[in-house]
Amino acid sequence: MTVPPRRRAALGAALVASLLAAGCGGSSSADDGTVTLDLGLFGTFGFEQAGLYDEYMRLNPDIRIEETSVERSADYYRALQTRLAAGSGLADIQGIEIGFVADVVENHADAFVDFAAEGNADELLGHYYDWKVEPATTEDGRVIGLGTDAGPEAMCFRRDLFEQAGLPTDRTELASRWSTWEGYLELGREYDASPTKPEGTSFVDSPASVFSAAVYQGETAYNDESGNPIPETSPGVTAAWEDAAVAAAEGMTANLIQFGDEWNSAFANGAFATISCPAWMLGYISEQAGEEASGAWDVAPLPGGAGNWGGSWLGVTENSEHREEAIALVEWLTAPEQQIKMFTEEAHFPSSQEAAEDPQVSSATNEYFSGAPVGQIFADSAAALQFTPIGPYDTQIQEAFTNALSTVADGTSPDDAFQAALAEIEQVTGG
Amino acid sequence: MTIASDDPRVAAAAAPPPSVPPAPATAARRRRSRLTRNRWGYAYVAPFFLLFAAFSLYPFLYTAYISLHDVRLSDLDGAVFVGFGNYTELLQDEFFWNAARNTLTIGILSTVPQLAIALGLAHLLNYRLRGRTFFRVAMLMPYATSIAAATLVFAQLFGHDYGLINTLLEAVGFDRIDWESGSWTSQIAISVIVTWRWTGYNALIYLAAMQAIPNDLYEAATLDGASRWKQFVHVTIPALRPTILFTIVVSTIGAVQLFGEPLLFSGNGMTNGGVSNQYQTLGLLMYDQGWTNFRLGQAAATAWTMFLIILVVVGVYGLIARRRARAER
Repeated sequence: MTVPPRRRAALGAALVASLLAAGCGGSSSADDGTVTLDLGLFGTFGFEQAGLYDEYMRLNPDIRIEETSVERSADYYRALQTRLAAGSGLADIQGIEIGFVADVVENHADAFVDFAAEGNADELLGHYYDWKVEPATTEDGRVIGLGTDAGPEAMCFRRDLFEQAGLPTDRTELASRWSTWEGYLELGREYDASPTKPEGTSFVDSPASVFSAAVYQGETAYNDESGNPIPETSPGVTAAWEDAAVAAAEGMTANLIQFGDEWNSAFANGAFATISCPAWMLGYISEQAGEEASGAWDVAPLPGGAGNWGGSWLGVTENSEHREEAIALVEWLTAPEQQIKMFTEEAHFPSSQEAAEDPQVSSATNEYFSGAPVGQIFADSAAALQFTPIGPYDTQIQEAFTNALSTVADGTSPDDAFQAALAEIEQVTGG
Repeated sequence: MTIASDDPRVAAAAAPPPSVPPAPATAARRRRSRLTRNRWGYAYVAPFFLLFAAFSLYPFLYTAYISLHDVRLSDLDGAVFVGFGNYTELLQDEFFWNAARNTLTIGILSTVPQLAIALGLAHLLNYRLRGRTFFRVAMLMPYATSIAAATLVFAQLFGHDYGLINTLLEAVGFDRIDWESGSWTSQIAISVIVTWRWTGYNALIYLAAMQAIPNDLYEAATLDGASRWKQFVHVTIPALRPTILFTIVVSTIGAVQLFGEPLLFSGNGMTNGGVSNQYQTLGLLMYDQGWTNFRLGQAAATAWTMFLIILVVVGVYGLIARRRARAER
């Protein structure tokens, strides 16, 4: 060692200083008077693609909008929960999905701005379906977010596969044939028995398609009126399990895991003939199935009545530095005019009744889906929706049931699978 | 963390007693100079220990604390002290035992072939081959690949309907295998990923150790008429014994902590290790408990249990090694 001690000391100090500097990033605020609003979102909210950010920034030159989006809502929720628990790192505006809105309402309502306390609350909340405002409302009447889209459901089917199997392809005829899940399963048996159906195709993509749609058509889904999980006794679960287990056990499903790689490839390969589709899934289907499948798909009403899958809210965090500007942006993004635009541009169905009843929505047809009157089908479903009580563990409970159904398709007995699902659920709810 | 003080009492306690006590004045000076020198040594290692304290020691202790509570991420203030309740619950939990079994079988399925292949590869690369450097670098490539990228590719290869492996199987007349949904098939598939990734790394370690074996031993063995295989068994392997033990310990720790491969193998972000938890490992179970079910106390108890398992396993290896060493003497 020939470096003199003093020099060495300086070197060490510099090293430590540079390490520390690297450790903490700086937060900066613009000096030119513009305000930057951060949105933390997940999946495809589609505001940017629909051009809404650009439009808002044009209308409000002093606002800049930055969006950070996480692909999977489960990953997003993990990060959101950690940040809510730590009380830092939150964006000005956070997306909240139906899968975890109950948890946020129950445990973190204070972290979000109460829209019911705004001066124009009646105007803000009046245009929504009732079932959209309720899940975001706390027991003492705070409203933690404004609704964006909703997920009224229909049944998407491949006209070409139906035709080859000798099944009817007329949507009104199908609607009456599968007015109940019984009828739907009956058509499934016909499809499977058909000698002319394309080889290697299944009637439905997964047992989850039946279960997750049917479970919300009962009196209750996973929870009782006060939001406590009742997976074992809920009439919605019992009925949905029966139908889905039949589909699985009789081999009507391709037994794919939804949103897995094989599921995505199966769209392009036309490997199944039906799938329960909320409005937002139409875009997903056309993307996965590709241009060549245009006109092959069609949309008919959901068996068993109306149903909903998905939907989100936008909340403004109470500690946001730009609280007022963020509230203004959320109010604008969720207003009926913008919800109409989100439907026409991105096929996200409005949660605003006023928007859903607008002719631009209700008379919309979809070319890719054989010109089906999707606006009318989804609007009917939304209008007839009976919203079942939601709880904090709905996502995990649903996953446990659909996983168990997948083992039924692999040969496990439905009773054993049901018990396995209940055991899995107990891991979450704590028994 | 404090930097060593100039206090002579501390220095006296820390310094080894000098064999010949020197004159007090020189001793003090020598101690001083050693301390001035040491002080900067401590300063240099301080960043590591600061980071260690913040990102290893503190979480380690906090995990122990959390594991004694029933606590959910969305309600941290509502933590309830339950003593060792999480641990007793865990030991009676079918999901824990299922994950423990899977971890063991995947561990065996991946570690044994991995180390055997690595040993063979190292032996081959120890010969004077043309393009030896190329092979050595190529062998380390999988290790340099990100777990996520490798697993995603393998998950597609093992796909049921559109995976390349099933297409090949079908081409040569076998049935398609539903790799992901069977327990053995999924565990074999995951073991293949692990083996692919770590074999080269272990081979390089073996190779380095082989090159340290004196050539005289091989010459002597050749003179005695030992074949290449006999030389490998009677010269190479005994000389590599400490290295082999080291790789076994490291691979075992890796196997107990196996997480990324089973997480990504499902291909859709599910954390339960397959629809019937057929390839859920302890690491994945912990993640599932903590970050899907948000039950932090349970997850922390699993984490500590895994730590104890690793300690026990390493302890057993240590005992075996010591016993063998003693037996040889």
